[in-house]
This record gives sequence, C-alpha cells and structure tokens, in this order.
Amino acid sequence: MLVLEHLAWKLPDGEPILKDITLTLPTGKLAVVTGPNGGGKTSLAKLIAGLETPSSGRIYLDGEDMTDLNITQRAKKGVAYAFQQPVHFKGLTVRDLLELAAGEKLSDEALCAILGQVGLCAQDYKNRQVDASLSGGESKRIEIATVLARKNAGLLIFDEPEAGIDLWSFSGLIDAFQRIKNQSAVSALIISHQERILQIADEIIVIADGAVRVAGPREEVLPTLLKEEKNGRCPLERGSFYE
Amino acid sequence: MNKITEAFLDLVSDWKGAFSGAYNIREDGGCAGRQSSEHIKIESKKEAPGLVIRIDPQTQNETVYIPACVTHSNVDDLVYNDFYVGEGADVTIVAGCGVHSDGEEDARHNGIHRFFVEKGAHVLYQEKHIGSGSGTGARRIDPVSDIHLAEDAVLEMDTVQIGGVDRTDRKTTAQLAARARLIIHESILTEDEQTAKTDFSVSIDGDDAVVDLVSRSVAKGHSHQAYHSRILGNRRCVGHSECDAILVGSGQVNAAPELFAGHIDASLIHEAAIGKIAGEQIVKLCTLGLTEEEAEARIIEGFLQN
Repeated sequence: MLVLEHLAWKLPDGEPILKDITLTLPTGKLAVVTGPNGGGKTSLAKLIAGLETPSSGRIYLDGEDMTDLNITQRAKKGVAYAFQQPVHFKGLTVRDLLELAAGEKLSDEALCAILGQVGLCAQDYKNRQVDASLSGGESKRIEIATVLARKNAGLLIFDEPEAGIDLWSFSGLIDAFQRIKNQSAVSALIISHQERILQIADEIIVIADGAVRVAGPREEVLPTLLKEEKNGRCPLERGSFYE
Repeated sequence: MNKITEAFLDLVSDWKGAFSGAYNIREDGGCAGRQSSEHIKIESKKEAPGLVIRIDPQTQNETVYIPACVTHSNVDDLVYNDFYVGEGADVTIVAGCGVHSDGEEDARHNGIHRFFVEKGAHVLYQEKHIGSGSGTGARRIDPVSDIHLAEDAVLEMDTVQIGGVDRTDRKTTAQLAARARLIIHESILTEDEQTAKTDFSVSIDGDDAVVDLVSRSVAKGHSHQAYHSRILGNRRCVGHSECDAILVGSGQVNAAPELFAGHIDASLIHEAAIGKIAGEQIVKLCTLGLTEEEAEARIIEGFLQN
C-alpha cells in the first residue's frame, strides 16, 4: 500500500509545485492520476520514485517510510517507474536494458513475452540499440517494457504511457494494464489523459495546480469528469469540479 | 612463453591454450611461436623486424593470429608487419597487444602494419590493447596502419583499448579504389593521467567507395584524448566519421574532424558528440535498481562495446 502524507514540493526559488498531497493507494489497486498539463502529476510520480525530494511530508510503501531513500533503494523496495520521456543509451540494446530491469539474463521467450505486451516483436527489437534510431513510439513502448520486466515490483508507475503509441499497440497496452490490475500484490499508478485508461481505473485522482481536486472510486469520479468535458467546460482549471 | 604473455593472450586474442590455423606470437621482440597454414603463410621479414603474411586468393573463413606482448619494462619493440590478402579471400586477422611494466623504464610496442587487400577480398581485423603492471614506467602502444584497398575490397577494423595503456599514438592512413569499403570502429578508454591520440587519414580514390569511421572514447580521471580524422573524397563516394566521447571526472577530449570533397558527388558527413554521461541515463538505470556507480560503469561498458 502506498501512503502519501501531506506531501509538498517547492522549486529552489520557493515556487510551490505540489501542495499538501495526502493519498492512499491500496495494494492490488490501479489508480489513474489525471488533470491539466502542468498541474503536478509528473512531479508527484518523481517524488514517489525518488527522483525528487519532497519539501515536506512523508511517503510510505507497505508501512515503511521511504521518504529518505534514494532512487536505487526505492527500486529495490519494489518501485518501478516508466518515464514520460524515454531515455536513450548509445551502446545498450533492448535486451541489455530489459535484462538490467529484470535483474537477470532473459531467454528469447521471456523477451518475447515482455515486448509482446507493448506490441513489439522480440526478434526485431532485442538487438536494437536503445538510441535515437528508434521512433518516439518505439522508445515509449520499450520504456514501458522496462517496468513490465521488473521482478517483484510492487508499485508500478507509468507516466503518460499512451503518448506516441499507435491505436493497435494501445489496445495491447490496455490489456497489459488489465493484467497488472488482476495481480493482487501489485499496485499501479498511471498518469494519463486517456479515457480508455481512466475506464479501467479502480481509483481516479484529479490533480490541478499542485493539489488533489478529487480522489475516489472510478464509478464516482469519472461520470462527472466526462459530463463536464462534454459540456465544454474545464472544471479542473476553473475550480468548479464537484461544485 | 612466459605467464604474462599467456595472460595477455587470453585477454587480447581469445587464446585458449592454443591457436588453430596460422599464428605468430611475439614476446618482447622475439618469436614465441609460429605456424603457417595451407592458405596463410607467415614469414620473417628480411630487411626489418617483422612479418610478411600472405593469404592466398579465395581463402575462406580462416583466421590468422598475430598477438604481440611486451612483458617487462625497458623494452621498445618495433615491428613491421605486411599483410597481402589475395583476391576474393575472406579472412579474420586477430592482432591484440599487451604491454606490462613493473619497472621504472617504459615498455613500448610499436606495430607498423601495411595491408594490401586485393580485389573483392574481405578482411575482419580485430585488435585489443591492454596495459598492466605496477611499474612507474609508461606502458605505450603506438600502432600505425597503412591500408590499400583494391576494387571491391572490404576491410573492417575493430580496435579496442581496454585500459592500462599510459600513452598511445595511433595513426591510420588508407587509400580506397572503386567500390572498396573501409569500416573502422575504435573504442578507447583512458584513465588517470593517460593520453591517447588518434589520427585517421583516408583518401577515397575510386568511384562508389565507402568509408565509415566510428570512434567511441571515454576519458576518465585527468586523462586526455585527441581525435583527428581526415577524409578526402576525391571521387563519387560516401564518407562518414563519427566521434562520440564521454567525459568522467576531469577527462578531456579534443575532436578535430576534417572533410575534403574534391568531387561533386562526394557525400561526406561528420558527427561528433562530447560530454559527460547524461544524468537522465544514470537516473533511469537507478530506477531499475542499479547504484549510481553501477549505472555509470554499465553505460560506459555499453558505449565502448557498441
């Protein structure tokens, strides 16, 4: 279970990015974090994964305070994070990267199983360099695969996994998230604007202006969210959500 | 042959207690073993120290090993090796070098290689360099390669400096006839106060010839590397050179590419990128469970192996 208590983060110049975030994500649940651009969603993911250090507040995973742990220590505790912007490496192949993620050598069959979830054929990609020769969509899918390859990860974080993914691969991605959702020991936090991803969420968290506007079960949050959108309103940015 | 040579052979030339086929093992300026094969003849040079290696036309899938080892200080080993590769041959040349010093004097190997690759022949040339020992004398390897590719000939050179070499000064010159291809991948790691200098000069003198020079270097500590490449596109041709370097600590790299297009259809490109390891690369590998040190080492390993 992931628990965030009064989490806040400010830039060095004092500008607040996240304000007093308190959330609970039970084990086995899939939460989708949504909200307007620049609202603080990616910053929240980075705080949880240890890429940034909160100005105040605490982060607990399965009862253990991991606020002061570094990125590596959190990864070893089971936090896995797919970046919004994939990272390129000259000299590392897709196989190399996925084996680093898995922490062990992978057979061709294992590679096929992982890459197949993101719509890539292992035969075509296992020896490709993870560099700029990959398209944006290919890079993104490999980035997602680095999280799917992790062994014993209990908290999976995906930052806008749909970005750059074609329609056919996107359906496969939804299936992958459904499988994650069916794993009782794994929690997932997906930052997304996609209705199809929102539709599979157990919980929806709406973040705007660095604060949680609303958080609750999908059945409660999503209808209002969609209704406001269809009415041509932007409830999140105008503060009228759930007025 | 002594134990240091045996250890070097393992590292630089895939020695498994013996070589099969043609080979010559050079140890401290002398010959520690030689064998010719039916299609590859190795003979001593008459006018200077070194070898003449003749590979028969149409020789297929054979490998010749010519490792050279310097196993103590106060050795300045200079050797001239000439390779004559017959028409249509397809062979591999493994030419590693190890230099060891436990003393105050320098230990140096200077291999001057000339390649005459005949029409349609294909050569894969593999070379690993390493230095070892606790002496204060410099471990130096200064290879010189002079390459002549006939029509349709192909030479692929993979050269790697693994580490421990205090100074290296590498010079490569090449002349390409029509449709010849020269592909060079060089990887150099320098640490501490080491220096490495690389100088390529390739003259493309035949239509549709291709040259591809790729240099990957990592400069750690206070080491310094200098890369200079010169491609002369004298005919309709394609030339590409790429120098990528990673800086760690106070390492320094100077890249100076030079292109000359002497023909309207000469297509020449140079790419260069020098910088420290991108922070996001380290961070990404840390999110996979590696420490920062492990991430840096893995990134460098991959970069140099590519």
